Amino acid sequence: MDFRLTEDQRALRKGVRELLARRFDRGALRAALDSPSLDRELWRELGAAGFFALRLPEGEGGVGLGLPEAVLVFEEAGRALLPGPLVSTHLAAGTVPGAADGSVVVTSADEGLVPWLDEADVVLGDVTGAVPVRSVDPLTPLHRVPGAAGAVGAGSPGTTGAGVLLLAAEQVGSAQASTDAAVSYARTRSQFGQVIGGFQAVKHLCAGMLVRTELARAAVWAASVTGDPVEVAGAKLLADEAAVGNARDCLQVHGGTGFTWEADVHLHLKRAWVRAELRMPAARAEETVAAGL
Amino acid sequence: MDLSCTEEEEAYRARLREWLAATLPDLPERPDPLDWPARRAYDCGWQRRLYDAGYAATHWEASPTQRLVFLEETELAGAPYVGANFVGLLHAGPTIAAEGTAAQRERWLPPILRGDEVWCQGFSEPDAGSDLASLRTRAVRDGDAYVVTGQKIWTSHAEVADWCELLVRTDPDAPSKHRGITWLALPMDAPGVTVRPLRTLAGSTEFAEVFLDEVRVPVANRVGEENDGWRVTMVTLSFERGTAFVGEVVACRRLLGELARTARKNGTWDDPVLRRRLGRLSAEFQALWRIVQANVSEARATGGVPGAGGSVFKLHYSHARQELYDAAAAVLGPDALDLGRDWNLDRLSSLSYTIAAGTSQIQRDIVAERILGLPKGR
Repeated sequence: MDFRLTEDQRALRKGVRELLARRFDRGALRAALDSPSLDRELWRELGAAGFFALRLPEGEGGVGLGLPEAVLVFEEAGRALLPGPLVSTHLAAGTVPGAADGSVVVTSADEGLVPWLDEADVVLGDVTGAVPVRSVDPLTPLHRVPGAAGAVGAGSPGTTGAGVLLLAAEQVGSAQASTDAAVSYARTRSQFGQVIGGFQAVKHLCAGMLVRTELARAAVWAASVTGDPVEVAGAKLLADEAAVGNARDCLQVHGGTGFTWEADVHLHLKRAWVRAELRMPAARAEETVAAGL
Repeated sequence: MDLSCTEEEEAYRARLREWLAATLPDLPERPDPLDWPARRAYDCGWQRRLYDAGYAATHWEASPTQRLVFLEETELAGAPYVGANFVGLLHAGPTIAAEGTAAQRERWLPPILRGDEVWCQGFSEPDAGSDLASLRTRAVRDGDAYVVTGQKIWTSHAEVADWCELLVRTDPDAPSKHRGITWLALPMDAPGVTVRPLRTLAGSTEFAEVFLDEVRVPVANRVGEENDGWRVTMVTLSFERGTAFVGEVVACRRLLGELARTARKNGTWDDPVLRRRLGRLSAEFQALWRIVQANVSEARATGGVPGAGGSVFKLHYSHARQELYDAAAAVLGPDALDLGRDWNLDRLSSLSYTIAAGTSQIQRDIVAERILGLPKGR
């Protein structure tokens, strides 16, 4: 047993982080806010980098890696707040032509919601009667699917363990980003003649953020290795809680600044709320874990 | 991210399982929790069996993975935990092993391993709790002895201990309070030592106050250099925050299973709020188990003592375990008020978990300062 990352896994994570820092930095994130259509060129670049074909066998033009590696890659996507139906397209690689290389955008109906419906080339699941809603997340356009259509497991691959886990991995990345942002702000913002990170009231919030992230990350990593459905459900539950809870605390640490559109804090919170509703929301995750007792 | 066991680890597990299956049925009845001499005899008897079977030093010498397997399997089998040997095996012993001279190791370690001698811990004082380094128990050198005067508190197992790992102030004028502290092995039968048991809110006397009135402790009983006791102690404390709770995570996961069975029987399982609450707790303990595995992997790779990762674990574990007993009370309903029922005394005991071995607030300071790099300060 050695739960640490292998050297290859560390290198993969570093590579993805560098790619996203170069290709989707803060400027790109803020620009995407102003023109919320999907950047197809970036999508193809992600495809070329193996983002979607990561788990396809090399014989089928894939990278031939496993779920643990995919989890690391999606953590980075969550950290950078990369927009788009990343998980659906990744899961469709190998079955929907063009998904693997990023020339096609695939979305799916899941939990009565469809992200990125108007931008997608291929839609999986029944979206009959889908109506657009004013999405809480400015970087995730949403449609609502009425009635039974688009509900749990309605023909979409979203309910597979891998889909749940990859979304959970994005949540972990977001939780990490919120911790980093809060700590960085707490180290520089001064009040009462000292940086606020020196006050226990603030540093204890930050410590709590780290604990939530570590708990969720251990759960997600382990579930990616075991593939156990109960562990996957538990991982999603804890990852949702880490992403949402950390974004809330990050907002609090930022004070008034955290309440502005200009700060990125709200983008993490809103995306975390969206991810929490998709692919196994809390109630079903808790029931799934309970059923395993 | 490898969670599989090597052949060697599996062989170790199989041998241990076989030994536990053969040994546990022969154990005497568990003693009355209020009868300390009987508890000491029981715990030391168990340690002796471990010693005879070659498992006594598992906490110190085995690889971190073996230690994990040992704690997992003994707990799964319902074997006794370290009990009165807690300080000897998990605090004083590892400290002496790491910092003691050859003669000191020879004198003190074998009796701990054999279950012949019991240790207690004299660290906290009435005015030195979380701020342990401000301790004031005074030791003045007089020839080949230190003359020690002061008071210790929260000393577990003091009533039945043979030895006490004692922190004393040897240099009150040191430039910082962390300097000027020395680690001594105090024989509990020395003249001038008075033990007064303290009753906990659970009704039992788990710990005591220890009064020291001009107690002579040989200089030969000092582990480490004079005034270097703080560093010596930190080795011990990080041990405590590392794998010390492994067995308890296993126990909590077992308890969750029992809770679910009870809830299904008494109908509370039909309440979705309670059911989901148990599901959430189960997810948390599953993740805590994975954090233990991560910490053990890290400890093995860095060759040593677990670091601040232990604080991350303890913070969440202590909180989750309290929530677990609250959930147990919800399953029991009115029976939660009957101390004769399972779990209810444990619920009371669990109230100490967010305080003992470093309060949650101190743990958050450690996480914020040592991992996140935030400034020191209160």
